[in-house]
Amino acid sequence: MDIDLVFILSTAVKIILFTFVISLLMVAYATYAERRVSAIIQDRVGPNRTGIPLTLFGGKKDWHFFGLIQPIADGVKNLLKEDFTPAHVRKFFFWIAPALTLIPAFLCLAVIPFGSSVTLPTGDEIKLVIADIDIGPLFVFAIASLSVYGITIAGWASNNKYSFLGGVRSTAQMISYEIAMGLSIIPVLMVYGHLNLNNIVQYQAENGWLLLPLWKDGVFGFYLQNLLLWIPMFISFVIFLTAVFAETNRMPFDLPECETELVGGYHTEYSSMKFAMFFMGEYCAMIVGSALVVTLFFGGWAVGIPAVDSAISEMAWGGIIHLLVFLVKVVAFIVTFIWVRWTVPRFKFDQLMKLGWVIFFELAVVNIVIAALILFYVK
Amino acid sequence: MPSILFYIFSAIMCLGALMVIFNRNPVASALSMLLSFISLAAIFIGLNSYLIGILQILVYSGAVMVLFIFIIMLLDLQKEDKDAFKPAAIAAGIIIPIVLLIQLASVLHVSHQDEQYSQAPELELAEAAKNFPEGSVIATDLSAGKLPDVHLIGHYLFTDYNFPIQVIAVLLLSATVGCVVLSKKISS
Repeated sequence: MDIDLVFILSTAVKIILFTFVISLLMVAYATYAERRVSAIIQDRVGPNRTGIPLTLFGGKKDWHFFGLIQPIADGVKNLLKEDFTPAHVRKFFFWIAPALTLIPAFLCLAVIPFGSSVTLPTGDEIKLVIADIDIGPLFVFAIASLSVYGITIAGWASNNKYSFLGGVRSTAQMISYEIAMGLSIIPVLMVYGHLNLNNIVQYQAENGWLLLPLWKDGVFGFYLQNLLLWIPMFISFVIFLTAVFAETNRMPFDLPECETELVGGYHTEYSSMKFAMFFMGEYCAMIVGSALVVTLFFGGWAVGIPAVDSAISEMAWGGIIHLLVFLVKVVAFIVTFIWVRWTVPRFKFDQLMKLGWVIFFELAVVNIVIAALILFYVK
Repeated sequence: MPSILFYIFSAIMCLGALMVIFNRNPVASALSMLLSFISLAAIFIGLNSYLIGILQILVYSGAVMVLFIFIIMLLDLQKEDKDAFKPAAIAAGIIIPIVLLIQLASVLHVSHQDEQYSQAPELELAEAAKNFPEGSVIATDLSAGKLPDVHLIGHYLFTDYNFPIQVIAVLLLSATVGCVVLSKKISS
């Protein structure tokens, strides 16, 4: 690869834009959405007051903006709170654990295709993905599997039996569901025949979304081979989505921080910004999970109608439209995550393990065989 | 890969390996080993071998080391901190690396004698593309000057090395069955 100035500059811009602008903002507003959506579900109001306090400066009325300033207030509060390190913890590990949870979650963003491509006035075509490598899903799995260290080390370093139990649970849970997760996307990858996430989305832009395969060579219709393949793909989607819930420690699988049993789980001893880093790590993992589900099953940045997508791709700045389409889909999935959290009660730990090992593992293996047989007859 | 990155990651890898030995806390040792593994993965990726690099992280860092740390934490090996080195352990720790060093030196010595191996052969990707069917992903990528390492490994695993991989699959299956049998409670 010849490293030139445009490449370096565009990569730097993409890193700053995708991780620090888009994803951090989404993390902040995911917490706000969590509180507002949970409030709607539970028939409460939620944080709707934090706005610009004009009365402090002699104004007549505060501007509330539906409480949209709340995440900033939360951030400032977390930064200014006392960062308390208990005396009985293992200091070094206690300090690096939050970083070990946050860094892998943000690293995964590197391979997610946020949009198609943008053509600069100089004629350079820039793909809206930070690293366009040929092993996209595997990269995400590998890096996401590293985030288990943060939680485990946090639980162990806290020197507290509840924290430790939370860490142990998290390890068992993440390793178990990694297997179901990895096996569940094998049928999907067999259809695409490629591990490059950008090519996967390009395939869906030309043939319709994987879970909405109503096009063949750009012509609309219900085709038998697409409908047959739809069945194993849908099973894959269900297993993958559930595994993402388990991997990100979200309800109904949030046993590592199950407050009815473990006080606060692995982050019981953490306060202020260190606690917030665990929180950010969880939400960022949720964003990466949503982005991966959207990329693999719901067409990534593709609108879903081949003619429209090719028209957008031909525009010089069409990538921006695709970027917006992608973000809308990701936000829809984040809302789904929140919706599930406040609807479904928590599993017991043995039920969680049984679901992972007895049901999903077998189902994923059988699904691979089904998909292979259908592909053999269809292609 | 620009060689500067190779040297940086090699240095981190060696540092991690040394820290595995010199840390007296088992968890710190295990985490240093993790650092070493990740740098090794970075070196693999620098050699354009993305799949091997990612598998290094996925299998060793993501699964094997987690189990290591899990066991160390559960056993809570605190008293090991104070134990002094035993002479036999030190002797083994000196002899084994020396044997490995001699082996490495002999290999380097032989490869330097023969001039044609002193320089790695130039990769001729477009030339190699002719061995694969026209229009396949491997052929297209190779003619475009890219190394489709995932597809190539898959291709060779299911053609030239099909029998060994089936044997390994049977071995893994028997190991899994053995685990289940061992961990099953014996009903009285």
